[in-house]
Amino acid sequence: MTPIPAIVWGVSLVATLLPLVIACPLFVSIILMLTGGKLPARATTLLVGAGMGLCALFAVISAYSFLTGPDSLGALHVVLWNWMQVGNFTAQIALSLDRLSLVMMLVVSCVGFLILVYACAYMYDDPDIARFFAYMTLFVASMLLLVLASDLLAVFVGWEGVGLCSYLLIGFWYGEQANAVAARKAFVVTRVGDALFLLGMLLMATAVGSLDIPTLLAVGPHAPSTTLTLGMFLLLGGAMAKSAQVPLQTWLPDAMAGPTPVSALIHAATMVTAGVYLLARLHGLFVLTPAAMLACAVVGFVTILLAAGSALVQTDIKRILAYSTMSQLGYMYLALGCGAWHAAMFHLVTHAFFKALLFMAAGSIILRVHHEQDIFKMGGLRKDMPWVFTAFLIGSAALAGLPLITAGYFSKELILGSAYEVSPIFWAGALFGAFLTSIYIFRCVFIVFWGGHRTHAHGRSGMAMALPMAILSVLAIAGGWMEMPDAIANVHIFSNLLSPVLGALPQEHGTSLLIVGSLVPIAGVTIAWTLWRPRDVAPTPAESPAIATLRADWGFDTLYDRIFVRPFMVLAHLNRRDFIDRFYDLIAALTQGSGQAIARLQSGQVRRYAGWIAAGTVAALCLAV
Amino acid sequence: MMMFALPALVLIPFLGGFAAWIAGLRGATRPAWAVSLVTLILMLLVLVNVTLASLSAGTGGWFAHFSMPWIPLLGINLRFDLDGLGLVMLWLNALISFPCALLSARNVSERAGLFHFLLLSTIAGINGVFMATDLFLFFFFWELMLLPLFGIILIWGDAGRQRAVLKFFLFTQGSGLLMLLAILGLVIVNAQRTSVITFDYFLLSQTAMITPVAGVLMLGFFLAFAVKLPMVPFHAWLPDTYAASPAAASILLSGVLAKTGGYGMIRFVVMLFPGPAAHLAPVAMTLGVVGILYCAWLAVAQSDIKRLIAYSSISHLGFILLGVFSGTRIGMEGAIAQMVAHGLSTGALFVIAGLLEDRLGTRDMAKMGGLWPAMPQFSAFAMFFAAASLGLPGLGNFVGEFLVLMGTWQVSHTMTFFAAAGLVLSSVYSLTMMLRVFFGPRRSEASSPLGALSVPHVAVLGVAALLLLALGVYPQPVLNLSVPASPHSVSYAQEQAQ
Amino acid sequence: MNAADPNGALIVAVILFSLGALGVLVRRNLLFMLMSTEVMLNAACLAFIAAGNRWHLADGQVMFIMIVAFAAAESAVGLAIILRMHAAGRATLDADTGNRLGG
Repeated sequence: MTPIPAIVWGVSLVATLLPLVIACPLFVSIILMLTGGKLPARATTLLVGAGMGLCALFAVISAYSFLTGPDSLGALHVVLWNWMQVGNFTAQIALSLDRLSLVMMLVVSCVGFLILVYACAYMYDDPDIARFFAYMTLFVASMLLLVLASDLLAVFVGWEGVGLCSYLLIGFWYGEQANAVAARKAFVVTRVGDALFLLGMLLMATAVGSLDIPTLLAVGPHAPSTTLTLGMFLLLGGAMAKSAQVPLQTWLPDAMAGPTPVSALIHAATMVTAGVYLLARLHGLFVLTPAAMLACAVVGFVTILLAAGSALVQTDIKRILAYSTMSQLGYMYLALGCGAWHAAMFHLVTHAFFKALLFMAAGSIILRVHHEQDIFKMGGLRKDMPWVFTAFLIGSAALAGLPLITAGYFSKELILGSAYEVSPIFWAGALFGAFLTSIYIFRCVFIVFWGGHRTHAHGRSGMAMALPMAILSVLAIAGGWMEMPDAIANVHIFSNLLSPVLGALPQEHGTSLLIVGSLVPIAGVTIAWTLWRPRDVAPTPAESPAIATLRADWGFDTLYDRIFVRPFMVLAHLNRRDFIDRFYDLIAALTQGSGQAIARLQSGQVRRYAGWIAAGTVAALCLAV
Repeated sequence: MMMFALPALVLIPFLGGFAAWIAGLRGATRPAWAVSLVTLILMLLVLVNVTLASLSAGTGGWFAHFSMPWIPLLGINLRFDLDGLGLVMLWLNALISFPCALLSARNVSERAGLFHFLLLSTIAGINGVFMATDLFLFFFFWELMLLPLFGIILIWGDAGRQRAVLKFFLFTQGSGLLMLLAILGLVIVNAQRTSVITFDYFLLSQTAMITPVAGVLMLGFFLAFAVKLPMVPFHAWLPDTYAASPAAASILLSGVLAKTGGYGMIRFVVMLFPGPAAHLAPVAMTLGVVGILYCAWLAVAQSDIKRLIAYSSISHLGFILLGVFSGTRIGMEGAIAQMVAHGLSTGALFVIAGLLEDRLGTRDMAKMGGLWPAMPQFSAFAMFFAAASLGLPGLGNFVGEFLVLMGTWQVSHTMTFFAAAGLVLSSVYSLTMMLRVFFGPRRSEASSPLGALSVPHVAVLGVAALLLLALGVYPQPVLNLSVPASPHSVSYAQEQAQ
Repeated sequence: MNAADPNGALIVAVILFSLGALGVLVRRNLLFMLMSTEVMLNAACLAFIAAGNRWHLADGQVMFIMIVAFAAAESAVGLAIILRMHAAGRATLDADTGNRLGG
């Protein structure tokens, strides 16, 4: 008669499980830190597997009970404690689950679980495996906090937490100076964005009086529009730095110094997409500030093209993937700027699948060719590692967006369509970006897997590496079938899932756009084949000053180095002894010097004293008269 | 009981110091050290007692009071009053003084008794500063806490200590003189107005409100505290002094002594002279921001690890200045939280620097590098405190900095902007320190076996880490407790009388 | 010479004083320096006498007697120092070599 208890149980189950989703990886991390590397590798991997498995399991259960519960259209709040309360400002540590954060939570926990399982095999022989997993699980916990927190300030805790973990993991192999330097660079550049984010929060907190996201969305629209625009610009700045968008993109290629699972988890699937998620979360405010949206679209647009251009000439397999990540994030920003929240989130999800897959495959290759990362030193690996080849090919196809069979196709089409609505220029640029994407990734595929052997592959990738890759391969293909345009099949699972939060999916466009969008990747692959198909001579990277510039990120790095870093450091070193301190030293020296000068008068020669007395008397008399 | 708890907080360390001196006269290190620890534990017990009594008295206002005539002719009393701010500061002092005494066992081998006597006298002086509400008494403690410290640095310091101490002495005593003049001026103005000679904080606050020369008088106080804090451009004594000090003195200096400046700013500048302080606020805040940026910038270029931490410390103290003078409650709370968090994090960083110096025999970061594998536990602690010092959310410093920025934002957006830029710079120098000391390839000079962390070190660093974490995750108790009581609110004594 | 007009006497006094001062400044011999000091004192005495005469007061003469007493004491002390230094092995009367009070 009364089904209510069951429902209440369902809701309270979510409320119980939600903190546990974060707590599981956090506890694993704490245990690993406290044991300080004394656990054997086997125990460490078991612990990590169990913790992350529980985390993913709890996430799935809570997602299921939330969606089947009574409140599935709204949001569920779990207030954990009051963080700080001063005057009329309150910040809470609270979690909230709605359909948007649910999607993100599932991506983070499940893809995270897969990548950590992969990492267990990848890092098994590293003596510092415990430290690695302590950071990794701490990262997952921070990322989940970022995703689930309902207060912007608590989001910021996760935001900075993932930044710190990213720093620690990029510099994981700290023995090489370059890795540690890259780590510092990554942190400092994203920290610029974090400072902007912080300022944006201050602005919002002052204008609205709270940083609680539902309150912000409810009250924020009543704030003066200049305030709102400024605030959104600041938050956009924070998001851009985290997502490596132009002009704060320089850290991401260097971040590839970290172990490959790190690149897969942090610099492809989760952390770099945090900015996209944040803006989607605040889309209710974002939509009110057309200027910020336009800026966002332009940033995404520019990043797509710049990063794709750089990716075209890279020789390091991980750097190719890094630039492609940047470029794909550009698509998401373009979508956000065009108001296509569904498209951005959809691409975020599919990108997490195929880019994680690509990184895992790349990691398997790197591991088996003795940590060689230069694609021009690989070749013919198709026969040595057929399964890795298949996985990499699927990932590449999805990245290029080969029509119908890959996940990337559907999400990219959705973005292209929305971009066309806003401006055909955006559409054309994004389309050109897609063309470049298919060229550069298949350039990589053809050079690495076709042609003659230039390196020797050894060993096999074990089950723990193969299984996550297999699962992600399936997702990289089938993940796109969640959402298809009406012209192909009327499937809208993803947008129906998110529409209570993000609003209805906008009207679709003609099939002509779709056909053009389908042909472009195929054309790209064809061009890549004509340029880099196996020939008798081994392929060599093209060299010219222009290409060198392109390879070095269009000279952004050099520019920043010249404008900011070097003057800052040079001036700092010039002023190392602190001119204010010198000033006081000068006073001291003057005092001392004049003291010595006067002391010299005391020569001990009576006649000179007498002279001074006489002179003094004369002077006094003169003054008196 | 409560009545005598306040003077006991001053007397116990002072008498304990004497006992330690006598115990150490024979030249043995252990007894002096033990006496010193027992004294600190006694002090802590009294403090716990005071805290419990205060908490039951409710939040806000004055918790405890003690008064006794000292020089009745001049209206000077031994008067102590305790409010939330003072209580939090007392706790900070108690917490910081433990590692000073605990870790000194290793470094101080000769004249240990004298060392502990000087150390405990400093601690007694600091306790007095945080409680005295008679201006003469306050000045007395202000000097009492500095003089023994000169001795500690002079006797147990590193190379270049004479010069450093001279600088320290000139700066602090010069500014202390200004404060004395300001105190006398205030007393005289008050005497002219009411024909009563008194040094009582509460009575003088009436005069301070209305006198036309308040601006000049306030400046005297302000300069004394600005030098102590220190505020740019009066910071020149600090890096030299910190670098030349023995570990215990660096910890004490950075952990608590700098906070007496912040405390004085709140109690004797903002609360005593609210009007002139509001006029001064733009200048003070600008100097605070300049200090944040300038010293962060200097920190990047240092190669001496202690100097790096010293400059970073000045940079963080800029936030305190900013918060105190923002004139907002949230900024003030932030400044107090920052004082506590900064005391813990910088104190811990100096413990680390001291240990590095101890083990490697150098403070030059160019000679370090790649220390992580040699001392993983210790490096992890260093990473933690570096993260705290760069303001990682979830650790105490973030709470302070965020609240300060929030308070500042309500006053000036430009200043907040620049102060936030300081957060970027703080990440630059913190991570540069990590990079140069712990990461990178091993330097040959530093390849000597470094050994495991000693248990006291682990305990000290662990406790500091836990406290910072607690402050970062759940700062509310401290924020609630640390509300400074106004001199115009009814004092505890009056309350009792009613 | 008019008894009430001290100008002449004062001029002599000034000349005497200047000579004495010059002597102290330029002579390096301690004995001569002492003598020059005596000359300066006597110049002062002369001025006192002249002034006392001008105002018909005994003060001038009182001062004269006092200065003579001073001068005697001073030369006694000065000569004693010179003798003492001589006894201590300094075989010179050069004042400029006496600036190292090696106590």
